[in-house]
Amino acid sequence: MRNKHLIARIYLSFTLVLLYVPIFYLIYFSFSSGKNMNKFEHFTFAHYQTLFQDNRLLAIFLETILLALLSSLIATIIGTFGAIAISAMKKEAHKNTTLALNNVLMVSPDVIIGASFLIFFTALGIGLNFGSVLLSHIAFSIPIVVLMVLPRLNEMDYSLIDAARDLGANSWQVFSHVLIPTIMPGIFSGLFMALTYSLDDFAVTFFVTGNGFSTLSVEIYSRARQGIDLEVNALSTVMFLFVLLLVGIYYFITTKKSRRKNHRVIGGLVK
Amino acid sequence: MKTKKAFFLVPYLAWIILFVILPILLILWYSFTDSSHSFTLSNYVTFFKNGTFLKMMINSFWYAFLITLITLLISYPAAYFLTKMKNQQLWLLLIILPTWINLLLKAYAFIGILGNNGLVNKFLHLFGIGPVNILFTDFAFIFVATYIEIPFMILPIFNAIKEISPAVIQASEDLGASKWQTFRYVLWPLSRPGVESGVQAIFIPSLSLFMLTRLIGGNKVITLGTAIEEYFMTTMNWNMGATIGVVLIVLMILVMLLTNKKTKRKKVNL
Repeated sequence: MRNKHLIARIYLSFTLVLLYVPIFYLIYFSFSSGKNMNKFEHFTFAHYQTLFQDNRLLAIFLETILLALLSSLIATIIGTFGAIAISAMKKEAHKNTTLALNNVLMVSPDVIIGASFLIFFTALGIGLNFGSVLLSHIAFSIPIVVLMVLPRLNEMDYSLIDAARDLGANSWQVFSHVLIPTIMPGIFSGLFMALTYSLDDFAVTFFVTGNGFSTLSVEIYSRARQGIDLEVNALSTVMFLFVLLLVGIYYFITTKKSRRKNHRVIGGLVK
Repeated sequence: MKTKKAFFLVPYLAWIILFVILPILLILWYSFTDSSHSFTLSNYVTFFKNGTFLKMMINSFWYAFLITLITLLISYPAAYFLTKMKNQQLWLLLIILPTWINLLLKAYAFIGILGNNGLVNKFLHLFGIGPVNILFTDFAFIFVATYIEIPFMILPIFNAIKEISPAVIQASEDLGASKWQTFRYVLWPLSRPGVESGVQAIFIPSLSLFMLTRLIGGNKVITLGTAIEEYFMTTMNWNMGATIGVVLIVLMILVMLLTNKKTKRKKVNL
């Protein structure tokens, strides 16, 4: 029995090493004074200095975050409204059709979403810039928000709403004081997922971004196609720390909120 | 009451019409027209008559199948062992964390690792092998794609195995089943829903990893995803690109129908 445990440990450790080698490989060479990822020459912060003086990259970084915040916020509002509308549907058939349409973008490969949105924007005469990328990010984030909020609505005790009405609450009060607070955890995870969808997207953005606007993913892609540039390594260290911070915050908030459903909580971290 | 419902429904419905239905119709329309917007079937004729497209289609599926299979082979034991661990939450967090690093950065790391003077070739050199040309091959593409998908396979399988009552496994052992029999007739069938959702989560995205074929696979157009990107972004023949897209959508729906049927047919008999 102990032996079995040992095998488990070794196998899992091996998997973890495999998963982390590329990330630490990047970080390791970000401190090398060389020009490639073959041989570590001397320790240096030079690549970090170039990174923090690279105004273009910093602008892209800020725009990427602005894009993620804006798109996830709008997607959360529309998605939450959508979930409320779906849960209010009386006919089961309507519900199922709407949900099926909702899930189309969830199961489509990114290239298809990107290509069809590109055709869509061109057909409507919408220019390819920040606006088109923002619209696309809102569009592909809405379904996940709906899927996160809907279970909360289904679990909700509707006598709460009746009680509020009996006690003289008007529609707005019922909405803002009863409905929204009850489904808030769902809205929160929806917002969080939308945020990560947006930050992580490459393929869709690649199709619908014009010359004027670029996100971090697209920028990394175009740099990586030109070969190795240790400034990208420095950038990956910064992003790794950023992710650690983000995950730490998420973990802290969710484990505090629901200690019991612990393994589901971690499951929520997966995109 | 009615107006309030509409208030919630309208923005969402607008989204469905504009960003779900309309793009599908547009991509269909483009696939059935030529560059002067007149109706034609020639795109489909080209696709099915020209050997390269058919070969690419088979290639895409073969690669996606390989990626899914290798990922499953690595992930299943990992997920199983994970259920035996004490600090499951911590292990799980460590496995999920890499999925948060931008995909492009991970792909970029492999340009260094798989290069002629990279980590892998240095390792092989210790055994007197090398240098082997790994980067810019189909193998590199499959390797990196597998690496990226592993966490997405471990998680659903882990959740499925976790829900199996340990009593069932014990019962099987008490009744004299060998380790293999327990796996084959108890563990595997009971964890199948997890395996299936993992397969679905990996197979379809594997068809569209065009950035990996570009960065790691040596810039060759070997999958349908890369072909779509090529036709939309480089050669600017959107009609042909849309046609490949429609074929990909149809194949995808077929795959999903097939896997769904299987789940319904094979109910677990205990």
